[in-house]
Amino acid sequence: MTPDTRIRWVAKPIVWLLCLAPLGWLGWLFYSGGTGANPIEFTNRFLGDWALRLLLIALAVTPLRALTGINQLQRFRRLLGLFAFFYVVLHVTSYVVLDNFFDWKTIWEDIIKRWYITVGMAGLLALTPLSVTSTQGWIKRLGKNWVKLHRFVYFAGAAGCLHFFMMRKGFQYEPLVYAGILAVLLGWRVAQWMKKKRARRPAAA
Amino acid sequence: MTPLSDTRRRHKRTEGWDHDMLIRIAKASDVKSSEITPRPLFESRRRFIRGAATIGAGAIAASLPFDRAMAKQGDKLSGLAKTKWTAEALGEADKPTPYDSVTSYNNFYEFGTGKSDPKENSGNFKTDPWTISVEGAVEKPGEISFEDLTKPHKLEERVYRMRCVEAWSMVIPWVGIPLGDVLKRFGPTSKAKYVYFETLVDTEQMPGVRRPVLQWPYKEGLRIDEAMNPLTLLGVGLYGEVMPNQNGAPVRLVVPWKYGFKSIKSIVKIKLQEETPPTSWSAAAPREYGVYSNVNPKVSHPRWSQAKERRIGEFFKRPTLMFNGYEEEVASMYTGMDLKKLF
Repeated sequence: MTPDTRIRWVAKPIVWLLCLAPLGWLGWLFYSGGTGANPIEFTNRFLGDWALRLLLIALAVTPLRALTGINQLQRFRRLLGLFAFFYVVLHVTSYVVLDNFFDWKTIWEDIIKRWYITVGMAGLLALTPLSVTSTQGWIKRLGKNWVKLHRFVYFAGAAGCLHFFMMRKGFQYEPLVYAGILAVLLGWRVAQWMKKKRARRPAAA
Repeated sequence: MTPLSDTRRRHKRTEGWDHDMLIRIAKASDVKSSEITPRPLFESRRRFIRGAATIGAGAIAASLPFDRAMAKQGDKLSGLAKTKWTAEALGEADKPTPYDSVTSYNNFYEFGTGKSDPKENSGNFKTDPWTISVEGAVEKPGEISFEDLTKPHKLEERVYRMRCVEAWSMVIPWVGIPLGDVLKRFGPTSKAKYVYFETLVDTEQMPGVRRPVLQWPYKEGLRIDEAMNPLTLLGVGLYGEVMPNQNGAPVRLVVPWKYGFKSIKSIVKIKLQEETPPTSWSAAAPREYGVYSNVNPKVSHPRWSQAKERRIGEFFKRPTLMFNGYEEEVASMYTGMDLKKLF
């Protein structure tokens, strides 16, 4: 087995299964009555949690590759990013269909009046073009601009963390843990960028 | 502990109170075995007794003074008075929410911020003995045990709607005593304009208070007329049973026309005072939570439109009623007030 077939036929299916596992788990919780007294709220929170987790995992790929030197990790980045978007879409769908049952007036009012929903929607808007342009064809077509466009993912990560933080009542640690992880992942990129900049322009004597 | 035992003696001398009025927890013996025996030892003894009962020595268990300690959440309360607030009066549209939902979906941040945390983390919460300090603008301040606080009153069953600020709601058959009747016993003075309440803070038993989620202790308050309103209840049970720990055992407030967070749980302090009391939520986010926090579909919250609510167990949301449907009983207290400003 060449390394390529190992990734294609073993590692990728495993990642697929892992990414689908939360959905299977949710299905099991519904079947076994484990979703509690308010299954609609439970579903919405569950999907939101996993959307944010997968987004952070996708954002961790590049730093991990650099730190470990395992270049093959890069081959999972798109897959993880698309799964993050998949959970974001399910999260928003549960809000539109289960929570509000297509009550567009209420939904629109939420978006413009309730800041945590405004921020969440901004995150969704930022991720949508990235998912559309994730194909080989678009990567070629956009060339250098593709990289620029896909920097929106940093904004989406920040929007997701802020959305979670704002949505919790009182002072809670959990959203800060997510925000902290994001800060490390983005901070690493800033550090890399500064290092590169310094290397390109050697300090004048 | 002196004022406590004084009141206890006084109540013993009081004649004419019906035994039906007793809550089962207050039955017979004044010896609190849980007080004098270390908990692990005491529990192992209970286990032993349970074991003994199974081999046919049940009589031993019954003869030991364990009544009080064994009266715990889930025990039936007897002699409940019916009121006009029955399930029948609420009708088909407001059927009582199933017991399992009422006791597994709770906001009680002292036991954790997740909805299922309170049930999971409050199993060993010790509510006996329980002392409530009554302070401030009253003629007879002092510390009073839970038993002495409740003993002179007839327990009532009242089925009320409960509307959480998070836009969900339930219908709960509470057991309790009108707060006004209790407060009158302490003789509120003319300076008693507000009633301030506090929840227990115990880092040992309440994992949630180890984190600064809110200003602990949890604080709430009512205007004196709100406290005296016949709807306002000191809840000691639900579904005809002793109050489950996760619902605010042993004693909590029930104010059905206000958002749920006003109905403070596991009360240890009641203070009557002249100034508006501080409340935990309005301190945490003054823009979001007012001191009144009356249920009002027309005043939207920065986080939730309050126009509709999801009744637990239902799919479609229903319109929220002004004062949660208790307009007739409470609206007169707020005439002339701008409820948009004084939310």
